Amino acid sequence: MNSITYLEAIRAAQERALEEDSRVFIYGQDVGAFGGAFKATKNLAHQFPGRVIDAPISEDAMIGMAIGAAIEGMRPIIEMQFADFSLCAFNQIVNHAATLFYRTEVPCPLVVRLPCGGTPGSGPFHSQSLEAIYAHFPGLVVMTPATVEDVYTMLLEAIEIDDPVIFCEHKFLYYHLKAEALPTTALPVGKARITRPGRDATIVTYSAMLHEALVAAEELRKDGYEIEVVDLRSVKPLDTNTILASVARTGRILVVSEAFPWGGVAAEVIAHVSSEGFGLLDAPPQRLNSKDTPVPYHPLLWGTHRPTASTIISALHRLLKL
Amino acid sequence: MEDPTLQNTEDWTEDSKAQHLYVKAYRIMLTARLLEEKLSVLKRSGKIVGGLFLGRGQEALSVALGVYLRRGDIYAPLIRDQAGRLAFGEGILDVLRTYLGSSLGSMRGRDGNVHRGRPKEGYYAMISHLGVMVSAVSGALMARRLRGEHGVLGATCIGDGGTSTGSFHEGLNVAAVEKLPLVVVVANNQYAYSTPNSRQFACNHLIDRALGYGVAGYRVCGNDLGDCLKVLHQATSAARAGHGPQLVLADLLRLAGHADHDDARYVTDAQKASPLGRDCLLLAREKLLRENNSTEEELNEWYEEINREIESTTTRVLREPAPDPQEERWSSLATNYLHAEE
Repeated sequence: MNSITYLEAIRAAQERALEEDSRVFIYGQDVGAFGGAFKATKNLAHQFPGRVIDAPISEDAMIGMAIGAAIEGMRPIIEMQFADFSLCAFNQIVNHAATLFYRTEVPCPLVVRLPCGGTPGSGPFHSQSLEAIYAHFPGLVVMTPATVEDVYTMLLEAIEIDDPVIFCEHKFLYYHLKAEALPTTALPVGKARITRPGRDATIVTYSAMLHEALVAAEELRKDGYEIEVVDLRSVKPLDTNTILASVARTGRILVVSEAFPWGGVAAEVIAHVSSEGFGLLDAPPQRLNSKDTPVPYHPLLWGTHRPTASTIISALHRLLKL
Repeated sequence: MEDPTLQNTEDWTEDSKAQHLYVKAYRIMLTARLLEEKLSVLKRSGKIVGGLFLGRGQEALSVALGVYLRRGDIYAPLIRDQAGRLAFGEGILDVLRTYLGSSLGSMRGRDGNVHRGRPKEGYYAMISHLGVMVSAVSGALMARRLRGEHGVLGATCIGDGGTSTGSFHEGLNVAAVEKLPLVVVVANNQYAYSTPNSRQFACNHLIDRALGYGVAGYRVCGNDLGDCLKVLHQATSAARAGHGPQLVLADLLRLAGHADHDDARYVTDAQKASPLGRDCLLLAREKLLRENNSTEEELNEWYEEINREIESTTTRVLREPAPDPQEERWSSLATNYLHAEE
């Protein structure tokens, strides 16, 4: 029986953290009695009075508050209503939170939850995938869970980690991705997972694109190809060992990311493979990103803007012929 | 809002405690001034790398906040708050170590000059981006409240230019919404680097903003130590007593460039000659000689004492090791198992 959605797992992880750790509190717009724009904090304000707190529309101040609270030994979870709005707090995140430990040796344990990625009709300002720009800055951990199990265990681990964590949870997975139960074991953050083993080519991906990649890999099986699919889980740290080991087996790599192409996670993965695993490659490494435009509103445009199983299949066929 | 006419200095003959505080504050101001004069010498002789930001002319305001802070309070000073930092408990050793890049300083060569602090001791290390500390101190105060701690005070300082940032606005607004025990001191030194008030804001006086934020507001004569002590006493007491954020607006003039490389020729002669341009340290000294039992000899002896300490500490710090790039950890994460990343 499929009973737990990706979104419910996020709520369950926060409930457990609030239950087990008195240092944890949640701060964000509409997270209190309303339960959050996506209901990721449903009932939590009622269950934990005074610890699930509504914030004004002040993303910069929300992160500033979290930094001060973290210095004081708390474990704040900040819910950004949409990842896109975290850019209003960019300065506090990358210049303040991210530099604090290096500068002062005082840890800054906070979690910024970013509902990210595209959904039909969301348009340019409610759809962005921002993992690359946060990963660019030293001092941040950037997680991109793709499964119900990972979103649960990784959020719990994010809260435990003594550093600022950018937690990219994909809105497209919120409702439709389901698991039978919450997990009882976890793969640590920093380790990628080989979701599907293969021998002919490697797809490295993360977040919602994992599921498009798995559909594509299954489709290519009909043509006799075995495609290995690696789920990065966290883009920083980046598990280059698992990536390189996979490329050593397959000789070919396609990196798939929903984010904009320029200077992104796909580029970073390919840079590592090219410089550290050049001799392992039988073909030039390939990447597939969204298009280099803002995320469009209309579902027909949006469906073409982002990579899909169909475009991944085409990219794999090209890669296998190179 | 408090009555802005409350600017008469207190009557010392009635209040020996106020007099004692004035003397203590003056000595800290003098220490800050002499320390910064030494820093200027060290900068000119090439011993200090990077910027040097002086608080000359702002010592009275800065110290008046610092003397009312207690151990356990949260303090986030800005670039011209050497006097307040000393009052809060910073030693001149940490100042010199940070400016001179000693590996033994609190920032260990990783950050310099005014970007220093000891956050675990409630002394926050500013970043260069103005306004962010308002919400950071507010978050610390919210954390204390969540833990059920009362009587704590948070304080931060900013200039006229900093009030134009979105971060300042968001921070003060959220502090007001949460009714936090926060004091925000604005030193309107008439210029943000070279930009005058007329290009910074359009309201008659920044104090007008207190009403908009729903916080108590105070005007203070920023180069009058007595007035600063009196107003900051009111503001810190009100915040500590649970009356929410207190916004203190001081009018004064920066008696130095923005940094050592700035000759501040944009400051008009009329401003320099106006009451705003009077040096708070000289005014305080005159008052001590006039109304206290202090003598020229006594005050000169302080000068010598403080300078001796600054000189001996400088000599000590100049012998301390610089950070070693080979020994540097080169990691920005506190979480050990996440270090392995290349």
